[in-house]
Amino acid sequence: MQRRRFLGLVGAAGVSLAASGKAKAASKEFSGYPGSHAVLFDATRCIGCRKCEAGCQKVNDLPMPEKPFDDLSVLDQKRRTHAENFTVVNKYDVGQQAPVFRKFQCNHCLEPACASACFVKAFKKQPTGAVTYDASVCVGCRYCMVACPFEVPTYEYNEVLTPRVRKCHMCHERQLEGKLPGCVEACPKEALTFGTRDEILKVARARIRNYPGRYLDHVYGEKEMGGTSWLYLSGVPFKKIGMREDLGTTSAPHLTTGALAAVPMVVGLWPVVLGGIWAVNKRKEKIAAEEQKAAVNSAVSETQEKAQQEMADALAKAEASTQRRIDNEVKKAVDEALKAKEEEAQSQAEDGKTDEEGA
Amino acid sequence: MSTEAHTAGSKSVFNTFNIVAGVIILVGLGITVLRFTGGLGAVTNLDDNNPWGIWIGFDLLCGVALAAGGYTTSAACYIFGLKRYHAAVRPAILTAFLGYALVVFALHYDVGRPWRLPYPIFVQQGTTSLLFEVGLCVFLYLTVLFLEFLPVPFEWLKKTKIRNFLVKITLALTIMGVVLSTLHQSSLGALFTIVPSKVHPLWYSPYLPVFFFVSSIAAGLSMVIFEGTLSHKFMHHAMDEEYLKHHDTVVFGFARGCSFVLFGYFMIKLIGVAYGDAWHYLSTGYGALFLVEMLGFVALPCFLYAVGARDKNAKLIKWTAAWTVLGIVFNRFNVSIIAFNYQLPSAERYFPSWMEIAISIFIVTLGVVVFRFISKRMPVFREHPMYKAEH
Ligand code: SF4
Ligand code: SF4
Repeated sequence: MQRRRFLGLVGAAGVSLAASGKAKAASKEFSGYPGSHAVLFDATRCIGCRKCEAGCQKVNDLPMPEKPFDDLSVLDQKRRTHAENFTVVNKYDVGQQAPVFRKFQCNHCLEPACASACFVKAFKKQPTGAVTYDASVCVGCRYCMVACPFEVPTYEYNEVLTPRVRKCHMCHERQLEGKLPGCVEACPKEALTFGTRDEILKVARARIRNYPGRYLDHVYGEKEMGGTSWLYLSGVPFKKIGMREDLGTTSAPHLTTGALAAVPMVVGLWPVVLGGIWAVNKRKEKIAAEEQKAAVNSAVSETQEKAQQEMADALAKAEASTQRRIDNEVKKAVDEALKAKEEEAQSQAEDGKTDEEGA
Repeated sequence: MSTEAHTAGSKSVFNTFNIVAGVIILVGLGITVLRFTGGLGAVTNLDDNNPWGIWIGFDLLCGVALAAGGYTTSAACYIFGLKRYHAAVRPAILTAFLGYALVVFALHYDVGRPWRLPYPIFVQQGTTSLLFEVGLCVFLYLTVLFLEFLPVPFEWLKKTKIRNFLVKITLALTIMGVVLSTLHQSSLGALFTIVPSKVHPLWYSPYLPVFFFVSSIAAGLSMVIFEGTLSHKFMHHAMDEEYLKHHDTVVFGFARGCSFVLFGYFMIKLIGVAYGDAWHYLSTGYGALFLVEMLGFVALPCFLYAVGARDKNAKLIKWTAAWTVLGIVFNRFNVSIIAFNYQLPSAERYFPSWMEIAISIFIVTLGVVVFRFISKRMPVFREHPMYKAEH
């Protein structure tokens, strides 16, 4: 009863994991929701004015930073996003006359690592293209942060009771209202272009084609980590503007399918194998016990037989000796009797002689 | 002499052990207050690039690996029919149970909203997550371990009926335990398969789950030897003849087994490097670290265990066990902290704060105190007179 319940629970875990494996297998060709949106960042157009940062801060009701957004000296340090800002622009000295700027925020992966890593499904890839987060179920384990290859999600480490994971959500709500994401709207240089992902890819390729020499022939995010909803164009190697080029094109969920697929196998096969080993050992023990019993039995019966034989022998011997004694006695008695008779006869004969003589 | 020490110990509460443990626990409680009034940021060095520190790397990863003695010993005894290891089962189960309980306890410090820890199981299941697998397995296995351990307090309380029932389902529990352990020991490694870009290529491998599983067996066996040695030294009076008689058999048997496992582990790690074609990293600094781990903490104990088992050298084996335990900790640290985020500039790397370290020590101390409390009173290292030789 107890055991069955447990096996049931384990089984359920296995099955649900197996099912999730299937869901992912089906997503092998997943290239984003049809008509989902994307933003193109063009590093050759960005002037590092930080207007997009300010726009993000405003539409998301985030607190204003210590130094105002028009203070461009902050660009001299390498910065990353924090719980209170979802996007930053960094300046890169790439050995040319002018530095290159690059905007950084969640890339809204087509198959997000964060979403597949979260054990309460707090993250969701929306049909708009945005990857959203639901703080009402989040446990705060921060595995999403570990899993994100772009090091995007941040955490409210100083929040005591209600810490949240924080990151850009591609202005999901604004998109639903038909508005542009805050940063896109704020960009004065059209370094950011918003549209459906298919359109955006076309735009990007057209720019590469139309301005030879200005761009590298690579739309970053088209394939990286299985594709993202933020796409990038640059005139200098992406590595030089702080973007990793070694991430590969495998989406994060696919990296873990192997491990997940093994779960039902372990649940299914292990008990059988272990039970089998146990049974074999039990059987070995049983056979050994039987053999031992048989050996004991035969030993016992052997001794018994021997004892019986001995007894019989002894009995026989005893009988023989009694017989002999009886025989002896009988013989003695017979002998005595005979002797007595003889003596009697003799004395009678003598008497007769005397009788005859007397007559 | 041991009785003397014992009576002296029970007379005065202020022996060295109690004083040290007391101080650690006080400090721990102080930091606990800070943690739950100031948030994670008040006590840890974690940041947005390094969301996991030693509370995951040590408390969770090492805690679970070192608690592997539970499933390895009970599997050896009940499934593989090595009845002579029977004496080691109870201490191992108790260690495992406490180990897991403390892992769960430690997680309350690490996660942001600990009261939501049941959410992944009862509220919304993120079944694509390996952490979900870890959580579910730990939850189920903790229950199994609890049931496996229950006969001990029931013997102590002389509740024969329920105790006998529990003993009857031992085999089922053992099999469940092995299944669950296989799953979550390996899924702890699998947690990191999602970040090929963050774990150094010498440690990253799609085989990480297999590595973690196999090394957990070595960890389990070594822990049983190591912990048996310590208990032997400090808990002698709580042990019966039966336990003491079998102690050495267990030590030699487990040493031989562990030597084999470490050998296998060494081989599959090599395959891992070959598969990832990471040979050229061996000449770098991380390569040196990797070699220290592989040669010093895998190949060396593998060899020493074999020698110890051959020469029946219990002392050598015991030192080797301690070394291997250290090696497992080293490995888990490498994967989760040292070789993790290797691509970040050193200024952005993580190093634990003293308070994080103190909490980890605090939790280990709690474990030792509870272990001592239970094994002094209950039939762990000895058979209960009423239930002698019938389990
Ligand atoms: S960039 Fe990171 S946080 Fe954003 S969707 Fe991708 S995995 Fe999630
Ligand atoms: S921190 Fe929250 S959102 Fe991130 S993986 Fe954990 S539960 Fe999910």
